[in-house]
Amino acid sequence: MDVTAIPRLLVELVAYLLDVIPPFLPTILVLTAPIALGALCGVLCERSGVVNIGIEGIMLMSAFFGYLTGFLLHESVGALPALVLGVFVAVLVGVLMGAIHAWLSISVRADQIIAGVFLNIFALGLTAYLNRLIVTPSGRGGAGQLPKFNLPEPIADIPVLGQVLGMFLNQGPIAMSVIVLVVGLQILLFRSRWGLRTRAVGEHPKAADTVGIDVIRLRYRNVIVGCAIAGLAGAFIVLESTGSFQNGMTGGRGFIGLAAMIFGRWTPIGSFLGALLFGLVLGIEIMVGVARPPGELGAVMGAIPRQWYVALPYIITIVVLAGVVGRSIPPAADGVAYEKEARA
Amino acid sequence: MTGRDRGGREDVRAQAGGADPLAGAAPAAAQEERNRPPAGGRGANPLARLWRAAAVPILSIVAAMLAGAVLMLISPLVSGSGFQPTLPVTAYGALIEGAVGKPELWAAGNINALSNTLVQAAPLMFGGLAVGLAFKAGLFNIGVAGQFLVGAFAAAVAGAEFATLDTNVAVPLSLVIGGLAGGAYGFIPGFLKARTGAHEVVTTIMLNSIASLLLAWAVADIFRAPEFTFARTADIGNARLPVLLGRNIHLGVALAFVAIFVVKFVLDRTTLGFEIRTVGQNPNAARYAGIRPVVILTLTMTLCGLLGGLAGAIQMLGVQTFYAAGISANVGFDSITVALLGRSSPLGIMAAALLFGAMRAGQGLMQINTGGLVPIEVIDVIQALIILFLAADVIIRRVFRLRAARGAVEGEVRTVTQSWGEQVAR
Repeated sequence: MDVTAIPRLLVELVAYLLDVIPPFLPTILVLTAPIALGALCGVLCERSGVVNIGIEGIMLMSAFFGYLTGFLLHESVGALPALVLGVFVAVLVGVLMGAIHAWLSISVRADQIIAGVFLNIFALGLTAYLNRLIVTPSGRGGAGQLPKFNLPEPIADIPVLGQVLGMFLNQGPIAMSVIVLVVGLQILLFRSRWGLRTRAVGEHPKAADTVGIDVIRLRYRNVIVGCAIAGLAGAFIVLESTGSFQNGMTGGRGFIGLAAMIFGRWTPIGSFLGALLFGLVLGIEIMVGVARPPGELGAVMGAIPRQWYVALPYIITIVVLAGVVGRSIPPAADGVAYEKEARA
Repeated sequence: MTGRDRGGREDVRAQAGGADPLAGAAPAAAQEERNRPPAGGRGANPLARLWRAAAVPILSIVAAMLAGAVLMLISPLVSGSGFQPTLPVTAYGALIEGAVGKPELWAAGNINALSNTLVQAAPLMFGGLAVGLAFKAGLFNIGVAGQFLVGAFAAAVAGAEFATLDTNVAVPLSLVIGGLAGGAYGFIPGFLKARTGAHEVVTTIMLNSIASLLLAWAVADIFRAPEFTFARTADIGNARLPVLLGRNIHLGVALAFVAIFVVKFVLDRTTLGFEIRTVGQNPNAARYAGIRPVVILTLTMTLCGLLGGLAGAIQMLGVQTFYAAGISANVGFDSITVALLGRSSPLGIMAAALLFGAMRAGQGLMQINTGGLVPIEVIDVIQALIILFLAADVIIRRVFRLRAARGAVEGEVRTVTQSWGEQVAR
């Protein structure tokens, strides 16, 4: 391929993406949702001063138990109640894992990264163990999927508004709740008493303690709520997006969520936009498969092996971390356990 | 490190120095002496010293295996096989038999189980060193899985290239190429951490996925050997590591033991080792002492990648003999546990790698002898629990009423979380 063609191809690529993205917006949100939820978990934990790299494991564990619930109760209580119970169980598992992480990080004052590594390896091992022991021998199929909402025709047909609304509303209940959570947390974090206290605890716990904020309790609460959101991400992956479980199926999305969080400078809306970027990149492979661009661009994009497309979000994560970290500043007390009597 | 002040940092750093058993003349040494409790200090009974160092790791293993036994008792109830009170005994019995064999077999000269354990332990020694050396510099290398794959792939390709050369040429060349490829892969997160502050935990995890994906493509595309029906590299022929002893104890096993002592020597007796430990304990002090943390961090991570790559290379040239997509990189997570369990000291890593090699060698028989009721994944659960008990050693101390024993993890790794998202000062 001749080098002079590259600028032209890039222009064609942008034109292609602008053309093909609008109808794919709902799919992109589906790809974005688990990353965004993972990033929100990261925001809640790190804003209050606890590093959590166990998000991936929490998602996986929740996904498995959510799936197990849906799958075991499918016949006895009916499909939809089983799925709703599954979501509930997934969130509960997130809460439990969050409680473990909070206890290790806040009370035991263990190294928070090692606590996170524990969560990840534990989830990978336990889910594979139980999958082999319970799910595989039963030979029964999936747990089904939560139903999707469909925008009524007249609204969906409105040129731009219809597509934007469709992105957020042509979804199942969990994906729909993502945007609500993002906006809600953004407002709470920067406009409420809880938010101010959380940020204080993450920046300068000693000062927060001096004015009467219970640092330990607030950190516990925020980590647990954050991990409940990660549990929701797990529920989304199995019960809304795929309807089945495979070992290690979270595929690093918890870690990509962390990158999205850093990209978004520890704010909910920023994290969501970061996650959206990753969702977009993940979507390119699907878009090229369904609607390959014409001409030379199509030939080039079609010739790129599948694995390169799949690896792209990971590569971008590294680029984002290398390019952004220096300029985006984490909460000052992030990763430092609080000791009431410690010398300052 | 940015100039921003963080409460309690110097205090934590000083403790970090105090808990490192190998800290020699490091800047924190004076502090170390002050922090050390007067009774039972260095120079006491060597057995007591060994117990003080190894009590928490050993009891963590015991506790994790007990918890694993509880899991084995509960899970048949859930899966509908009924209550099986003897299952843990059967499982652990088979695990031990698979790892060390039986007296009857030894009498007949059959030490296959033991040699399997050694063969499984060898890459874990390299991998454990790759994690442990990083800990010494205050880095957390989760990237052994990726470095292992890159090293294995490079060794497989080089081995296939040199398959017809003399063994004495083909083997060293392939090993070196595997190690260098791993080193290059370790350079990336080290350089990024040192230059831009991108935390090595996330970058190495991403590099693990990237390695597995891009190598799967490479082996299916440009490096595919056409004579086979599935995507794999060509035969390594003479580049295969010679078997030194028994059925399968290959050269790589010996090299792993050599590596343990080389790394121990470098850490204890060389300027580089001193600089690595100093940067790990206090990068600011290191900079004032004229050490450049940026250079040391990059170099350490490159060396870790080299060790990780060698883990892959010996596994490839000694055991697997060809690279195919979906090759297992279990060594990655195992290495982290091995390094934590061995408290990042080379000799500790050697012991921990032998233990994990034994578990990996015995897990197959465990699954067979329990009729599939205890799948091999239970080892991963036990492994995670070991990490839990090491990280939360208060549990172990409370349950086993330990007082004198030192913390298991804090020494080497306290600095890891503290550098989250920060930039390294030049």
